[in-house]
Amino acid sequence: MAPESKAGTALDTFPKLLLHHLRERPDRPAMREKDLGIWQTWTWREAAGQIRAYACGLAALGLKRGERMAIIGDNRPRLYWSFCAIQCLGAVPVPLYQDSVAGEMAFVLDHAEVRFAIAEDQEQVDKLLEIGERVPSLEVVVFDDDRGMRNYDQPFLHSYEAVLELGRKFDAENPGFFEAEIAKGQGSDVSIFAYTSGTTGNPKGVVLTYDNVLISARNGAAFEGLTEKEEMLAYLPMAWVGDHIFSYAQSYVCGFCVSCPESGATVMQDLRELGPSYFFAPPRIFENILTTVMVRMEDASALKRRIFKFFMKHAEKCGVRILNGEAVGLGDRLLYWLGELLVYGPLKNTLGFSRIRLAYTAGEAIGPDIFDFYRSIGVNLKQLYGSTEASVFITIHPDGEIFADTVGKPVDQVEIRIADSGEVLFRSPGVFLEYYKNPEATAEAKDPEGWMHTGDAGIIDERGHLKIIDRAKDVGHLKSGTLFPPKYIENKLKFFPNIKEAVAFGHERDHVCAFVNIDLSAMASWAERNNVAYGSYQELSQDPRVAEIVRGHVEQANRDLARDPKLGGAQIHRFLILNKELDPDDGELTRTRKVRRRIIAERYAPLIEALYSDRDSVHIELEVSFEDGRKGRIQGDLKIIDAETYPVAGDERQAAA
Amino acid sequence: MVAAARSFDEVLLEVRRISLAFGGVKALTDISFDIRKGEIRAIIGPNGAGKTSMLNVINGFYHPQEGEIVFKGETRKAMRPHKAAKQGIARTFQNVALFKGMSTLDNIMTGRLLKMRSNVVLQALYWGPNEREEIRHRAFCEQIIDFLEIQAIRKTPVGKLPYGLQKRVELARALAMEPELLLLDEPMAGMNVEEKEDMSRFILDVNEHFGTTIALIEHDMGVVMDLSDRVVVLDYGRKLADGTPDEVRANQEVIDAYLGVAH
Amino acid sequence: MKPLHVVYWVVGAVVAIFAIGAFHLALAEIGWIPFFDWTFYFEVAAAGLLQGVMYSLVALGFVLIFKASGIFNFAQGSLVLFAALTMVGLMEFAERELGIELHWTISFLLTVGVMIAVAIAIERLVLRPLVNQPQIILFMATIGIFYFMDGFGQTLWGSDVKVLDVGMPIAAAVEPLGVRMNVYDLIAAGVGAVLVAVLAVFFQYTRIGRALRAVADDHQAALSVGIPLKTIWTIVWSVAGVVALVAGIMWGGKAGVQFSLALIAFKALPVLILGGFTSIPGAIVGGLIIGYGEQVAENFVGLAIGGAIQDWFAYMLALVFLLFRPQGLFGERIIERV
Repeated sequence: MAPESKAGTALDTFPKLLLHHLRERPDRPAMREKDLGIWQTWTWREAAGQIRAYACGLAALGLKRGERMAIIGDNRPRLYWSFCAIQCLGAVPVPLYQDSVAGEMAFVLDHAEVRFAIAEDQEQVDKLLEIGERVPSLEVVVFDDDRGMRNYDQPFLHSYEAVLELGRKFDAENPGFFEAEIAKGQGSDVSIFAYTSGTTGNPKGVVLTYDNVLISARNGAAFEGLTEKEEMLAYLPMAWVGDHIFSYAQSYVCGFCVSCPESGATVMQDLRELGPSYFFAPPRIFENILTTVMVRMEDASALKRRIFKFFMKHAEKCGVRILNGEAVGLGDRLLYWLGELLVYGPLKNTLGFSRIRLAYTAGEAIGPDIFDFYRSIGVNLKQLYGSTEASVFITIHPDGEIFADTVGKPVDQVEIRIADSGEVLFRSPGVFLEYYKNPEATAEAKDPEGWMHTGDAGIIDERGHLKIIDRAKDVGHLKSGTLFPPKYIENKLKFFPNIKEAVAFGHERDHVCAFVNIDLSAMASWAERNNVAYGSYQELSQDPRVAEIVRGHVEQANRDLARDPKLGGAQIHRFLILNKELDPDDGELTRTRKVRRRIIAERYAPLIEALYSDRDSVHIELEVSFEDGRKGRIQGDLKIIDAETYPVAGDERQAAA
Repeated sequence: MVAAARSFDEVLLEVRRISLAFGGVKALTDISFDIRKGEIRAIIGPNGAGKTSMLNVINGFYHPQEGEIVFKGETRKAMRPHKAAKQGIARTFQNVALFKGMSTLDNIMTGRLLKMRSNVVLQALYWGPNEREEIRHRAFCEQIIDFLEIQAIRKTPVGKLPYGLQKRVELARALAMEPELLLLDEPMAGMNVEEKEDMSRFILDVNEHFGTTIALIEHDMGVVMDLSDRVVVLDYGRKLADGTPDEVRANQEVIDAYLGVAH
Repeated sequence: MKPLHVVYWVVGAVVAIFAIGAFHLALAEIGWIPFFDWTFYFEVAAAGLLQGVMYSLVALGFVLIFKASGIFNFAQGSLVLFAALTMVGLMEFAERELGIELHWTISFLLTVGVMIAVAIAIERLVLRPLVNQPQIILFMATIGIFYFMDGFGQTLWGSDVKVLDVGMPIAAAVEPLGVRMNVYDLIAAGVGAVLVAVLAVFFQYTRIGRALRAVADDHQAALSVGIPLKTIWTIVWSVAGVVALVAGIMWGGKAGVQFSLALIAFKALPVLILGGFTSIPGAIVGGLIIGYGEQVAENFVGLAIGGAIQDWFAYMLALVFLLFRPQGLFGERIIERV
């Protein structure tokens, strides 16, 4: 892959791309930031000027090829320029999560043997000073915002302006230095250390080369046809590889402009003012935006609410198909057009989605309702599957093939396959070089043939789309050998607003059974509408009408599962509705509301046993903690309900395969 | 931290033997103290000690029956509110006094009213010098918005803001006046811990960055001891003690009257 | 209001006028009202709208004071009467005692001076002593001012009906497109429109305007940023006095200067309820709707039920508004965090 370095003519590093844009589009905007209420713009020429002086300043301060420099702070133009300035010298940028606590920061700085750092402001400088002793390698700290910094007289602290000043002098004294340094870089050099925030243990430093990052970014851009005209708002942490690819790498690959918000709190407003064409957000943000819209509509006048409901219903009916370019009747099209004029257009405008050509979501499963909502009003939202170790891109929804339950097809030059264990493996030019100073972990993740283990279990469906079903280590098998992905099944149930939590069982059993927690607020409003009287959560949860509703949901989930030849066997045969909410205080959920299977299996062993017997009810008696910390006991009889299962699609084909 | 190490010489404001009564009820009796240029001065005391009355005397809302006020070397029997403002005294209020129907930015812009000079007719036409002046003032307000980190609520009507942010907007409006003396009446009342920390940081930053002299009333003793250079203690309208936080803390009378009780 | 909104309102108004006309035509067809004729309808509508501008002029005085001080100024009507009386009185006095014919413009300027003096006096003698009192007290004080100005004006200038001649044709009419319109009303409407434009600009774009809004919102806060409350109040009452004078001239010139002028203030009430107490555009739109509405109701529906709708139509409309949109068309929704 590595081209024989043609002495700096190939565009295989960021600094070379910078010089390329300086030649090709010097007066097009490269970077924007809202400052003092006004959008300030830097052209490629201006950005290159800053980076040049900055890089020379760092050289004057002694930053050398191969050394590491940390970048700590919110999305700011100067921090993005830091990437390139550091790379100009052949040093390696190490972006850190700006909200990480001092201890975490110390580990990464020490692990990467960082010698230089740029900190956004006083807060970050203070953190660095605090951990200074634990990081012997750290010698020079540059800060961007000088607010509150006037009383800091440590000799190793330098303001950004001072570094630039130093750099200009250095540049004048050493003509040709800058260009020569850039020419020394090549695609196989290390481009960045991207530390993954490990949920367990210490973060791992993912080493990516220029080829990893740039080829992946190019392939992603080619897949979607990105151009220099895109507008992107950079608001996700700079230390996250996604931001690095979308807001830095693809900007350098395509030459488009990246804008930084005024502050973390103004992102939504800045989004509206900017109207980006290219946007990324995790499902949580899309969900929050939708909730805000719905809440605001509840406060609107009755007429507006009625118009909104009417057109949203219409969008639900044909919006997605129109966006997918499918055939839609003329009448529906006209009505949709009217809706665009009255509802969808103004709505997108207030959300800042008016000009969106392409929006991605990734990271976790997005509720199909939420996904379809955005698509139905004409926002081209797609799912993406990727990882730090892949330089982001593994699969994306191709245009016209958008399915809420898949994560799309492999991007160019990416190969995927499913291991016998069900784990998703891939191979691509983006696959990382190594985990820094951790060869065991590297060997574990990447096999000798270059196949990368994602740790996710997935299947490739008949359309060639990848479906992620669970973490590989959580996936079990029924006695029959059928795949049993508990989280996938639970998510299917949890996407129903009436169901708050679900726990599926089935590993080494004959069939799948489940516990269900109803969502009190949703079910209570249902009860109110239907005149169902209830005294407590316990009572409501055992109401036969509630059971009927939940059974409907479970059977719907079964129908969905049945459509999939590989998962059809994992339909839910029997379930029960718990009369208490699963609660982190009782240790049943983690604080981030993830199900703790082992503890639940122990605590509710008699219930699980009953599910797999032929009894139709079971007695429960449990100690629980109340919100105020008191302990109490609840007891009662829970009904066990049988759910209909459905014939699995393409059964014969699977049998053949 | 900041305290103790700093010393200040030049007296900015001095109140001498101030007495104030409302129809026979004595609010302040024979109170004298000074505020020196550049310091953070705290006024503390139990409820009803006359702290807010003292601030109201300083910025001219109340006119004391006895005593005099020396501000920047000029001696007066009493201040007048808009004159006090003109001479560089800005203040905030215990219960937040903002223009609720206006946006945050407009509220802060009212702090610039006194600084605006150009002709009413030109203003009406939004012309020439006036436009430049408006832009200059707007730029100044934007710096304050940036300083106090309230960019996100720039265009929001302040009546819709939560209390903690309203307090911050009020501080911003006072800062827009570029005051020499800033009076803060319980700047942290009703705030949660995080908001208090933010506000403390802002007060220190303002003092340091703009060199503004600050007199503040506060209930939270921790905050007072951390922030202030000198503290004056009032009780039932009388002065009980005056000195550095450490001195005040060690004063037996203060301990009996105030610190001793479970605040 | 943004320019686009003005366009919306104008288009909407034209559509509404045609629609209401068509509605009446339909009523005539089924015999619920005696007759309908488009030309006559447009004449009535035009007369109503022009009349509406006059209502707006009076309402404007209320809005100014309400905006700046939150006081519902009951005395605005008496200011209208007092101003008109003073202006005529001065002209008569000069002719009678000094034997010179005072041109109305000079009298106008003198009266402006008098109204400013009145404003200063009100601020000094009534408002200043009542600073920081509850709104209701201030409202009561304006009732006091109403009766005082009413009586004082008549004591000063006599209580007989006076003729105010500012050189405008009372009876002349023009007929563009065959729709007959009174020239006097047209001129009055023009004057009103100019006044409104000037005031709107004044409030929106000047330093004093901003200070006025601040004072209206919170007295203490306004004082603390250095706004001299007393100066602002004097300015507002002066401006309200001048607006009252203009309204007085327009009304008095048409119908004679007499006690009933003070009562047109009560016609301004429904206008305010429709438009919102704090909105200058609201005063205009409210005035137009009331003027138009009562004329059309009187001339078509009134015939069917025996007339005299004009006297109560405005109040009934206001009542309906109070039920469905208490803040008025343009009023600020009351924002209060509890």
